[in-house]
Amino acid sequence: MAVLNEEQTMLRDMAREWSKNESPVSAFRKVRDAGEAIGFDPAAFAAQAEMGWTGVIIPEAYGGSDFGYLSLGLVLEETGRTLTASPLGTTALAATSALLLGGSEDQKQAWLPKIASGEVIAALAVDEGPRHDPTQIAAKADKSGDGWTLSGEKAFVAEGDSAHLFVVAAQTGDGVGLFLVPGDASGVTRKPRKMVDARSHAAVSFDGVKLGADALIGPADGADLLDQVLDRARAGTAAEMLGLSVQAFEDTLAYLKTREQFGEILSRFQALQHRMAHQFTQIELMRSAVEGALEAIDAGRDDIAQLASLAKATACDTLHLVSREMIQLHGGIGMTDEHHAGFYIKRARILENAWGNASFHRERYARLRGY
Amino acid sequence: MATAELTNPADALEDFRKEAADWLAENFPKSLVGKENVLATVEGEAKADPDAKAWKKAMGDKGWGTPTWPKAYGGGGLSFKEARVLQEEMGKIGAWNPIGGMGVMMLGPTLLEFASEEQKQRHIPPICRGEIRWCQGYSEPGAGSDLASLQTKCEDKGDHYLINGQKTWTSGGQWADWCFALVRTDTTKKHEGISFILLDMKTPGVEVKPIRMISGSSPFCETFFTDVKVPKENLVGELGQGWTIGKRLLQHERTNLSGGGSMSRGQGPSLSDIAKHYVGVDSEGRIADSELRTKIIKHEMEAKSFQLTARRVMAESKGGNISLASSILKNVGARITQERAELTLEMMGMNGLGWEGDGFNTAELGATRGWLWGKAVSIYGGTTEIQNNVVAKRILGMLDHQ
Repeated sequence: MAVLNEEQTMLRDMAREWSKNESPVSAFRKVRDAGEAIGFDPAAFAAQAEMGWTGVIIPEAYGGSDFGYLSLGLVLEETGRTLTASPLGTTALAATSALLLGGSEDQKQAWLPKIASGEVIAALAVDEGPRHDPTQIAAKADKSGDGWTLSGEKAFVAEGDSAHLFVVAAQTGDGVGLFLVPGDASGVTRKPRKMVDARSHAAVSFDGVKLGADALIGPADGADLLDQVLDRARAGTAAEMLGLSVQAFEDTLAYLKTREQFGEILSRFQALQHRMAHQFTQIELMRSAVEGALEAIDAGRDDIAQLASLAKATACDTLHLVSREMIQLHGGIGMTDEHHAGFYIKRARILENAWGNASFHRERYARLRGY
Repeated sequence: MATAELTNPADALEDFRKEAADWLAENFPKSLVGKENVLATVEGEAKADPDAKAWKKAMGDKGWGTPTWPKAYGGGGLSFKEARVLQEEMGKIGAWNPIGGMGVMMLGPTLLEFASEEQKQRHIPPICRGEIRWCQGYSEPGAGSDLASLQTKCEDKGDHYLINGQKTWTSGGQWADWCFALVRTDTTKKHEGISFILLDMKTPGVEVKPIRMISGSSPFCETFFTDVKVPKENLVGELGQGWTIGKRLLQHERTNLSGGGSMSRGQGPSLSDIAKHYVGVDSEGRIADSELRTKIIKHEMEAKSFQLTARRVMAESKGGNISLASSILKNVGARITQERAELTLEMMGMNGLGWEGDGFNTAELGATRGWLWGKAVSIYGGTTEIQNNVVAKRILGMLDHQ
């Protein structure tokens, strides 16, 4: 665990208590059973906003607390532990980063206070296929009069079913630009998708959506901006994955300490001890990588891209391992819907795919390092 | 904190800085800049360079080779802050510490904690002056990871002890003057039957045989004890207290080995440079062998996570907490060190398997020997398996295994 300041420690403890008491895994089970397309409980999200979590990286001038990315990462880790279904990471970290990094004063004034209060849920709409690839964007924004006309299909948009605002990546003719598109704009349609994690990953179409000149965030040639936004989304996702890994591991360990076979508690078997020691080792490395990336973002360092890819790749590998071991070491009980091991492995695979899987980020790291 | 308390020590520290700088200027021979030989503390100086001898004597007499040890036993009697100032001042002029070896790293701190007054007076000052080289008699052919099963017998013969048995992996045994050893004084108890004893390597019945390693070097010995008579005053602590004392000494050893980080920091050319030289690049400038490239990048990323972990452990322990992550450093460090060596070899192909002589450059021969030597990293100081046991039991609270 990184060395935290007083505010961060309080925030982390608060998030831990809240997740444990107000949002245990049974709360996620209710969301799953309800089967709503939005994939979360609005009351739970409202409670998070009430506690200020939607404004953690937003400056005070726009209604946030400006505690930084590591702080928000701590919250996402804690809520991730119990699989809390909430758009928090998507709206308050990923989409917010686009406004923070590229937004004009007017754009920030218009949207950040509403995101900070939880009134607006913003989503990042980048990918158009089943695998993350920000270099393959076909959506187009054509100049029309003073503004833009945007058309394209975005696939698997996290929180796409509830979003009030989309940050959409589209070709401008000069490159890829990021556009602010209100969810109720004419020409926006969303199709829910039922995915294994029971969360929202909508297909969203933009069909000749008319936008003003002020819809463009940053430059018309904004591939670099998109990359920076994605790196923040990746680090935030990795923080959620850290929470899943820690909890899945702890639950497995607790199970091994109670389950008896051959007249022995399972945790006495050395074959299992070494598998747990290995997972513990990988989780510690993962924590260093995740916190390292979040700290680099807060410090504005120049190796953010490398560290974000390191964090995401490491998070993917480790959560993959831990979620598989959780099922295997629980045996048959872990295969039942009644047990929560299945929830972890399902959410794990979704998060592994989000914003680039391990191979994507290893390749990116290799290129950044000149290999 | 009161201002007075804050200023006075700071002034005193600056006074000490000047004192240290003056003394170093007067005593450190300029001819020795860049001539530090870390092996000298183990093997002894190859040829007696008069400047090196004078420098060692000066530091030894001053006690600054063991700067924080008590003056009463020949140490420098400095505070940790003063010792750091001394180190900084030495660094400024390229001076180095000529006093080292196992006596300094492991035995001295243990004697200070457990030895009698007479033992301290007798054994610590020669360590401070770098006069006596010590070796460690711990492992035995039948007692490696399970060290407490050691069998070397030590019998009470009234006015002396009689030792019979065999030690192995005695680092620097062929050059050592004295040995600190764990011996069995009671065969009816496992841990409580072990005692900690000091013995002169010139005692009749002590025989040393260097072990040739797969890397070709012989840094370790087998040490045989046949009816070795040891004076009773050489027992440290109580009879049967050896396991406690010996474990404490191992903590000093692991502190020194835990630089898993330094093992993997990877001096010399980067793996990318080596790969591009031996394997070549494709039209986009990438390492031509894509599978190898993937393996290298996986390794590099793990090494980076390891580095971040080592930094995190340091930051966390400054905050006054014991960092749980410290328990993984030895194993991960070993894994990374060995993987790096294997990858280097793979890239060099047959050139990475040269033994000696013409046809291979220094880096290639170094890669071969380093690869072989590196296999020790996951064995010494607690094998990977023992470290996993430690994590499982002490950190994860899993019960004793079957």
